Amino acid sequence: MNFNELLQDVVQKDTLASLRAVQPELTLCATIIAILLAKILIPAWKQSPFHLTVIGLATAMFVGFPWHGSAAAAVSTLAQPIFTASLVSDSFTTVVRFFLLTFAMLFAAFAEISTDGEDDRTEFYVLILGALVGMCLMISANHVLIVLLGVEMASVPCYVLAGLKRRQSKSSEAALKYAVFGAGAAGVMMFGLSLLAGGLGTAHLPAMAANLAKMIQGGISPQQITILSLGGLMVMVGVGFKLSAVPFHFWAPDVFEGATAEVAAFLSVASKAAALGLLMRLCSAFAFPADMYFHSPIGELLPQASLIAALAPVRQYIVAIVAVLAAVTCTFGNLAAYGQTNMKRLLAYSTIAHAGYMMMPVAAAVALIRVGSDGVSVDGARDAVASLVTYISIYLFMNLAAFAIVAFLRNATGSEEIADYAGLVRRSPGLTVCMAIVMFSLVGLPPLAGFQAKWVMFYSLIEAAHVCPALWALLSVGLLNTILSLFYYLRVVRVMALSPEPLYREAPTIPLTSMVGMYCGLLTAPMLLLFFALDRVLPWAHAAASTLF
Amino acid sequence: MFNFSDPTVLLTWLLSAIIFLPAVGALILCLAPRESDASTKRFSLFITLAVFALTVWLAIPGGRVGNFNFSQPGMQSIVNHTWIPAFGINYMLGIDGISLPLVLLTSFLSVLAMWASWPITKSVRAYCALFLLLETGMLGVFLALDFFLFYVFWEVMLLPMYFLIGIWGGPRREYAAIKFFLFTLVGSVLLLVAMLMLYFASDVSKLSQAQQVASNLIGHGTKHTFNLLALMQLGQMPDSPFHQTLLWGQSLSWWAFVLLLIGFIIKLPSVPVHTWLPDAHVEAPTPISMILAGVLLKMGGYGVLRVCYPVCPDAGYHLAWLVSGLGTVSMVYGALAAMAQKDFKRLVAYSSVSHMGYVLLGIGAWSATAGTSYDPNYWNMAMNGAMFQMIAHGISSAGMFFLVGVVYERVHHRDLDKFGGLFARMPVYAGISMVIFFAALGLPGLCGFIGEFFVVVGTWAYCKWLAVVAASVVVLTAGYILWTIQRVYLGPEYKGPHADALTPMTRREIAIAAPLVAFALLLGVYPQALFKYTEPTIGKTVVQKLTDWAQASPKATGHDVTEGRSQ
Repeated sequence: MNFNELLQDVVQKDTLASLRAVQPELTLCATIIAILLAKILIPAWKQSPFHLTVIGLATAMFVGFPWHGSAAAAVSTLAQPIFTASLVSDSFTTVVRFFLLTFAMLFAAFAEISTDGEDDRTEFYVLILGALVGMCLMISANHVLIVLLGVEMASVPCYVLAGLKRRQSKSSEAALKYAVFGAGAAGVMMFGLSLLAGGLGTAHLPAMAANLAKMIQGGISPQQITILSLGGLMVMVGVGFKLSAVPFHFWAPDVFEGATAEVAAFLSVASKAAALGLLMRLCSAFAFPADMYFHSPIGELLPQASLIAALAPVRQYIVAIVAVLAAVTCTFGNLAAYGQTNMKRLLAYSTIAHAGYMMMPVAAAVALIRVGSDGVSVDGARDAVASLVTYISIYLFMNLAAFAIVAFLRNATGSEEIADYAGLVRRSPGLTVCMAIVMFSLVGLPPLAGFQAKWVMFYSLIEAAHVCPALWALLSVGLLNTILSLFYYLRVVRVMALSPEPLYREAPTIPLTSMVGMYCGLLTAPMLLLFFALDRVLPWAHAAASTLF
Repeated sequence: MFNFSDPTVLLTWLLSAIIFLPAVGALILCLAPRESDASTKRFSLFITLAVFALTVWLAIPGGRVGNFNFSQPGMQSIVNHTWIPAFGINYMLGIDGISLPLVLLTSFLSVLAMWASWPITKSVRAYCALFLLLETGMLGVFLALDFFLFYVFWEVMLLPMYFLIGIWGGPRREYAAIKFFLFTLVGSVLLLVAMLMLYFASDVSKLSQAQQVASNLIGHGTKHTFNLLALMQLGQMPDSPFHQTLLWGQSLSWWAFVLLLIGFIIKLPSVPVHTWLPDAHVEAPTPISMILAGVLLKMGGYGVLRVCYPVCPDAGYHLAWLVSGLGTVSMVYGALAAMAQKDFKRLVAYSSVSHMGYVLLGIGAWSATAGTSYDPNYWNMAMNGAMFQMIAHGISSAGMFFLVGVVYERVHHRDLDKFGGLFARMPVYAGISMVIFFAALGLPGLCGFIGEFFVVVGTWAYCKWLAVVAASVVVLTAGYILWTIQRVYLGPEYKGPHADALTPMTRREIAIAAPLVAFALLLGVYPQALFKYTEPTIGKTVVQKLTDWAQASPKATGHDVTEGRSQ
């Protein structure tokens, strides 16, 4: 193939097909441009950013939704490497991206309700959409460069978002902390990725794994092991930063406290979901380079089972790192949440704890890839990925609802201290009930969706523990943490429902029939609905998992 | 779905209505425009009455849909629909001689407790809504036959109870509420672990076709199951999948039994995990104490009877000493602690610990294999006694808490040393109290006697020493109850605070206490009314099966027959 043919091939076949697969991302980019243009051309149109954002997101959801039929149809969407295999478009991308866009839609409505009448909302929406594009790249990354690009594209707008309240010193401090920490983490990650890419002779993730497998088969030197495991650890630093996994979580409480509750909601949900998607991608790429998307740029196809068997030590390594990180993150998040008096800080630690829970199925998925004499078995691993996707879909509503209520209460009382919520049940019973439902859902009590999220997660963890007994420890950590977490979530509810109203404060009245109340109701309803209709989510989750391995 | 001529559909709606009617009522209360407190209470009372009527329908033998069939000792009126097929989770409900009396007790006490809630004035709407939600959870636990569903209902009770104690309770309500919540949650997590262990070890394909039909498993898509009937059959198989060694040389069945037992005895409650109970009881408002003592504690006993023994007979056989030992310790400790109390309500709370000990002892006394005759009669007696004790205690303890509440509302204290002379001031009240307290004491002719007697008789065959201790607890019980009666009702005159407020019982209060008195007498004089329901089920489906199992298993599992006997 000469250069001209190659060029033709790339332009005609690859690019056109690729562009079709990234329609939602293109829509988001077009929306960003439209918003910016609208601000310049029609300065009087105050509502412009919100309306355009909603239209853009709706279009993106429309083109990004696997409309044709049900979840079963999504399964048949095979993994498709796009843009010369630097991205991969499969049902995992489609489903998680759809969740992200759904979240963004709900989030836009929330931001519109809670920041009604404020300035600089154009910037806000543009930055949110920009970060979303980066997150979409993260979940479909198939190449080292895209991993980096995605992480950076998702992070940089968030640094600005954290500092959007320029006149508040806490907000600026948060932005600076976030940016410095993020830059450091990204640097370490870049170094790690270059170690890996250099050590393995390519930057295409599945090809890297294939080279690694061959290296292991052919005997790997201790120096190489050192370099590669160091590289892996450094990559985990970057991902851990996005996940706010302990010990890379220091930014989270400060940023959540300094930034507005809206921005914190975005960071807490979208950013986490994308980071988990990336983690899942990286882990699956190195644990099991499936032939579905294993088209190295040279077009070489390699025999699979032996390679996958050869990757067993890599899988052990991944399981160990992710499991330890998950256990530490979960426990630390829950313990640190105890002492918090600021609601946003408490939710920051709760986010950290939940990041820990959500890393558990990742470890389970990698542990469940088994190579036996009768071939490779990935059913359990798919279950585990499905449980992760289910968790994300439920977590999305829980945390958005929590932050939304915090923002509405801030608008009404001007405070985000838990103590100032005392006795709210008397004036705003509906809102308090919503908050209680959200908090108990975060603990994971039935009959609320949070229980189903934990349930599918523990289910896959037990499945994995049968293969890898060390994961029993992770399971017990998860269960123990569920009990631990009860205290601080319950404290919020206790203050709102049980504590007497302070004398000096006029309690805000937020009826459920108001716009704010209805929005809270809308976000709380899925806590109950998803509990009973888990069956509706599972097929999508399984569809998402089906093309990953 | 709405084809009511189909008996299955009708049955589904009937059982679902029993469980979810209170929840629907709670929803209506939340959404309906603000009404006066009195009409809110009347509406809630109406809902509980409707549920009671439906449960009575279940108890009537009539051959119509949902009616009780005495010739069927096993599960009847089974309703089975898929809920989450991916995990083999079903919406499965059913009734048998063990659950039916408890369902009736629940709906009956809910009516009385709702009626006893008339003096509540603080946020009545929220109170009634939470109360009704609680009723949904309680009824669901007793009706569920799917372990997952059982667990969900078990947890559903938790939140309403927390708020009911935490908002409407006494001065230390927040402490009591969180303590209750924490203890129960720990139990729930252990339950969850055991449930998952059993689930993953279960294998539907090991059951024969007939067994699958018997446990309603046809069309089951997954290998593992939460179906309690299937789990029981798997657990009682000679080569049960639960016999695999799990940890430290003990089988999975053993570990599951221990975890389940801890989970259930927290609720029961038994020493040493009973400490939440006195606090919760003392702080809870009167109607909630009635529910707590009357129904919630029974869930522990029900769990042991329904899940622990049938699913893990192996462990139950070897740990009989532990279960009956815990029961006996609870009885003695509870009675001694009750004797030391100065607070009227705390005394009643500790008496609950003592009385529920009989339940544990009766269930645990695996006397079927005492000797080599495999004579199940004694264990059957003890088990039935335990079952009877649960119902009897439901009546007497709810009555005692109500009576304490009646006097507390008048004089606003519960200090036993400041009472006295109530007989003269409130003669009707004192008369009712005598009956209820003597029922708790176990006076022959009243309901408390039958259960205790059968438990002690059954235990005698298992271990004479335990029976002697259990019998002598009656003396301690008599001690604290008679002493209480002396301090509260007898004496020349009432010298405590608020003496003027000691007015006779109102008609509403008498009407609440009267059915309790009636049942205490009825069950004491004619225990067959209850045994008719419980005996076939317990005898044929629990005791007989487990005896058969014990007869077959020592060879199968290699255990010595004498190992589990009295020590």
